[in-house]
Formats: sequence, structure tokens, C-alpha cells
Amino acid sequence: MAILNIEPNIAQPDDFYEALIDMHRDLDAEQSRMANAHLILLLANHVGDEAVLREAMQRARALVPTSSDASRSPA
Amino acid sequence: MANVDRDYQGLAFDYGRSPDQDAGVAVRHPVVVVGAGPVGLTAAIDLARRGVPVVVLDDDHKLSVGSRAICFAKRTLEIWDRLGCGDPMVEKGVSWNVGRVFFQDERVYSFDLLPDSGHRRPAFINLQQYYCEGYLHERTAALPAVDLRWRNRVTGVTPDAEGVTLEIDTPDGPYSLRADHVIACDGSRSAVRSLMGLESKGRVFRDRFLIADVRMKADFPAERWFWFDPPFHPNQSVLLHRQPDNVWRIDFQLGWDADPDLERQPERVRPRIRALLGEDADFEFEWISVYTFACLRMERFRHGRVIFAGDSAHGVSPFGARGANSGVQDADNLAWKLALVLAGKAPERLLDTYGTEREYAADENILNSTRATDFITPKSEESRLFRDAVLRLAKEHPFARRLVNSGRLSTPATLHGSALNTPDADAFGGAMVPGAPMTDAPGTMHGRPAWLLSCTGDVFTAILFAGDRGFDAATIAAIRALGTDGIPVKVLIVTPAGAAVPGADGIDCFADDDAVLARRLDASPGTCYLLRPDQHVCARWRTFDADRVRAAVARATCND
Ligand SMILES: Cc1cc2nc3c(=O)[nH]c(=O)nc-3n(C[C@H](O)[C@H](O)[C@H](O)COP(=O)(O)OP(=O)(O)OC[C@H]3O[C@@H](n4cnc5c(N)ncnc54)[C@H](O)[C@@H]3O)c2cc1C
Repeated sequence: MAILNIEPNIAQPDDFYEALIDMHRDLDAEQSRMANAHLILLLANHVGDEAVLREAMQRARALVPTSSDASRSPA
Repeated sequence: MANVDRDYQGLAFDYGRSPDQDAGVAVRHPVVVVGAGPVGLTAAIDLARRGVPVVVLDDDHKLSVGSRAICFAKRTLEIWDRLGCGDPMVEKGVSWNVGRVFFQDERVYSFDLLPDSGHRRPAFINLQQYYCEGYLHERTAALPAVDLRWRNRVTGVTPDAEGVTLEIDTPDGPYSLRADHVIACDGSRSAVRSLMGLESKGRVFRDRFLIADVRMKADFPAERWFWFDPPFHPNQSVLLHRQPDNVWRIDFQLGWDADPDLERQPERVRPRIRALLGEDADFEFEWISVYTFACLRMERFRHGRVIFAGDSAHGVSPFGARGANSGVQDADNLAWKLALVLAGKAPERLLDTYGTEREYAADENILNSTRATDFITPKSEESRLFRDAVLRLAKEHPFARRLVNSGRLSTPATLHGSALNTPDADAFGGAMVPGAPMTDAPGTMHGRPAWLLSCTGDVFTAILFAGDRGFDAATIAAIRALGTDGIPVKVLIVTPAGAAVPGADGIDCFADDDAVLARRLDASPGTCYLLRPDQHVCARWRTFDADRVRAAVARATCND
């Protein structure tokens, strides 16, 4: 494992985070899900490396809480 | 041969009483094919051309009812070319290479399935299945070794160590036959399969599709058009194909809850088509049907002396046109093997490799077909979200076009890892790895334009690249000797444009005028590719050595 870089890699993290939240401004929940899907696909293609992508998917899924009260799905 | 004005759909073939029915005992035949669909007919033609007498039994006396399969792939046409019936198919069929994808009210992109030139056949033709079967049937008529018996329904199958006993029902009552080998090409509801207590298992898709073939004058191009969620049929997909005789196939996704009996009523279908073509569209119905699809296969295709091929062995959804196309490849794979076994030139276990190779191919087809079906019919909200995201991106983002899956159109399986392949010892680039079906290429033979694939096949063929200086006398002698082996190897010498090979008179020489073949095969002088009788590569080397060729033939026939 650990092909995926989980160390800091974004020079200005606060700027990035703000931009990410901004991306969703004025979108309703449905539109936000669409935007996220576009973003995932764009980034996945940019990464390209299948092993990295699979590891990211595994980590993304593993973090989803399993208890029934936390069943809201992550985007 | 093919007669363009013949009403193939209306043909009815006469039942004829066979002398076998009066023999009093079950007459023995080396091969009985059950089913005269595209797969059974192809198998029968291939075997008959190899000198194997074949009895073909079919419970019906007509060609395919309705159009059913329409898209026949390049590889299938190449197989039919080898069997001498590719021309009428291509002459009558609508050739196409381009697919176009729409999402909602936009054109998203188009793809070209055969972007490079230098191939005899197009990526696909569209041709009604009754024409395809009609031309195959006409081909059998020119082969006395094919004994085709209409209205002969197989009702019993009893295999034993020495053969198979078949019970057959006819308009004159029942009779029995004995067969050394039975090829069950009796379709998705295979009687042979159920009579033997066998199953074809897999996944049934919870979706319904309305398929309408309509006759009309229209000026859509000869392309495959696929709409996701179009305004004229919201939330579902639509597929349009052009067929000969001004017939168009329109395929509407309906969803699982649709009522099939209601949906096939012409008055229900007409407004759907008007929504696509316009209110004043003028058309007549040829055929309407509602389908569900499944991806299934038998666990094993060979059960001793009974061998399953085509829809009896496997089934796919039609997105990708992998049904009949893969079945024809089954026949192509089986015929030469069975002919060698019957001639005593290969052990029976060669037939097991039919099973392993075609089960592998079926898995590839099922995987492709399942993925396409999941894209076309997303099974969850999330899957639908990503599907639509891909389609929205595709218009301006080339990467997303590769993710759009409106059907991965039939290409033949490369038989990676087959026990019949001799693994590479020399380094090669390109796609023609051991197991790959040989690519086509243009050239010249005997002073006339020729296609590589027309110069190979039926027997083992070694494609040997000559340099400007040809070969020494010892090599020429070795080439000639290969042609007289028990399992003969035909050598096809490939020459650069304008070069001659001294001393090679009587050996076929193919001039690779534009070096297309050398490029496709990553070949240099001395390179040798060995093709099986079904034109799949089974070995290749950078230098020619007749003994290595012999060893590879032995391996490819289980004689090692
Ligand atoms: C709507 C639709 C669209 C399709 N489109 C395509 C496409 O574009 N491209 C493609 O490649 N495939 C397509 N297919 C699939 C294709 O039609 C089949 O894969 C193909 O017909 C299989 O050929 P087969 O010879 O194995 O079986 P079949 O064509 O089913 O033939 C079986 C034969 O066996 C006979 N038989 C059955 N039982 C007995 C018995 N007990 N005794 C004697 N004879 C018997 C039947 O009468 C029949 O003639 C499509 C299918 C459908 C339904």
C-alpha cells in the first residue's frame, strides 16, 4: 500500500479548501453531487495510475462510518 | 449464389425423408450439428470444406424469424471470407465504422472503430439475420458433404463412451442417429443442453428493450447512433442502426416496469418513433419485439462427445453485438480441431482446448456486455450520477469519451495464455501476440492486389518475411518440406515491394507493397509468424527454423 501520497502536497491548503467549498456555492444538494462527480472524474484521469486510484477509493470507503445513525453517504 | 431479389424471410424449406429413416438401425455419422442458425451453419460449412461429412438437424424449416442480429463484425466477415461466403454478406450489408453518441439534446462525440485503412473488411456490416442465414444456407448447398435436414427436432441425447445416440422427431415420425460427435448449436433454449441436464447460468438484467425494425426513406448516415436520455425518450436510451432495404432498427430502452405485451402494440410504438423522427414521418413496421437480456454461460462447453457452441453455450446482451459474432468464432475455433481429431492427426484432448479457449472468450464477452449494460442501465443513484457526469464531460474532455460505454463493439478475443500458444522467446512489439487473430493487410500476390487474410487460413500457415536477398537454398528446401508434413504447414513468403525470391517458384509470395504488414507485425527480415488454421497466431520468431515451426505445430495440436 501507500502508493497514494497522504503527506501534505498542496502548497496553500487553506486556499484550496476555500476554493473547494466555493465550487459548491449556490448549488443545491443535487447539483453539488454532480459537481463532485465531475471533479472526481477529472482528478482521477489526471492521476491516471490505477493503483493510486484504487487505494484512494479504498481509503475513501473505509472512512465511511458503519453505524446506522451515520448512514448518510459521503459525496 | 446469393440472389439479391430473393425473399429470404419468406423462404420455407422442404422436409425431405432421409434414407437413414428407413435403415432400421441408427445410422452412424462422424458429426451431427444440431441447429441451423448462424453458428451451426458456419460450423457445418467449415467442417464440410475440410472433407468431414456433416448432418445438420433443425427443428424448423425457415430462416431466422424477424431480424434479430444485425451487426456482424469484421472478424466474423473474415471467417466467412475464409469459408467462401463473405462477399454476398458485404455486398448486401450496410458497411459502417462510426458510432455517434448523444446525451440529452447534444451530440457528445463519435468514434471510429477502424481508423486505419488497409483492411479488406469494415468494422461492421448491418445485415438482417435472415439474409446472413440465407447466404450461409446457399453456401451449404454448394457442399455435398452437408446433409441439412429441416423439421428434424432432436428430442433425445444419449452419450456413451463410443458415441452419441440422438432421437429425432420428424413429420414422418421419430428415428435415431448415432454420431461420433455432436455440436449443439441449438440456441439459447438449447434442447440438447436441457436433455443432458446441463444449465447456462448468469445474470438476468432487470430492464426491457423495445426493438422495432421499420421500413422508411431516411437520410441518417450509415453510423451507429446512440442516445442517452434524449428529449424524445427521456431517462432512457435509444439506439438507431441502418439495415439494407431501407429498414432501420430502433431500440428503445423501456425500464423494468414496462408491460411487454402492451409495449409491442404498433399503436404504442408509432408515437415513440414519431417522437424521434418527427410527426410527419412515414414508415411501416417490419418487426416489433420486447426483450429482456441476460449474460450467461455454461460452466464447460465440451461434455465429452457433445460440444456446445453459440447461444447454447453462452449469452450476452446485444449491446456490443457479441452474440452471433462470438458464436461464429466458436465454430471457427472448433472446426479445424474436430477435423484433425477425426482424421486421427490429433488426440481428443485438442477438443478440450476448444472449451478452454472459447470459455475464456465468452468471459471476455460477458464482461464487456455486463459493463455496457450497467452503464446503459445504472443500478443505483450513484451509478446514474457518475454515468451522467461522464456524458456531460465527454463533449469537451477527450478522456471521458473512453469511459462512455454504449456497448463495446465485438472484437475477437486474443487467446492469451492458451496452452496451444508457444510463448515468445524473441522480443516483439505490437498487438499480434501469440493467441491474437491475425490482422489483415493489403499487398500483391501473383501480380494482383491481394489481402493477407485471403492468403492464410484453413491450414497452418507460416508467414515468413524475406529481406531483399531472399533465402538460401537450404531454407527454401526446409520451407518446401514443411508443406509435406503430416499436418502440413503452408509457407507464405512476404517480400518487400518489388523484391523477388530466387528459387521460390511454387511457394506463395505476398508483396508487402507499402510495408503495412511488416509494421503491423513488427517484422524484420527472417521474422516468422505461425498461424493456426483459424488464423490465430500461435508462435513467432525473429529467425526461421523449420524444427521450431514443427514443435509449435505439435504444441498447437496437442501432439507434443
Ligand atoms: C434483438 C436481438 C438483437 C441481436 N443483435 C445481434 C447483433 O447485432 N449481433 C450479434 O452478433 N448478435 C446479435 N444477437 C444475438 C444473435 O441473434 C444470436 O447470438 C445468434 O442467433 C445465435 O446463433 P445460434 O446459431 O447459436 O443460435 P440460433 O440462431 O438461436 O439458432 C438455433 C437453431 O437451432 C434450432 N433448434 C432449436 N432447438 C432444436 C432442436 N431441439 N432440434 C433441432 N433444432 C433445434 C432452431 O430452430 C434454430 O434454427 C441479437 C439477438 C437479439 C434477440
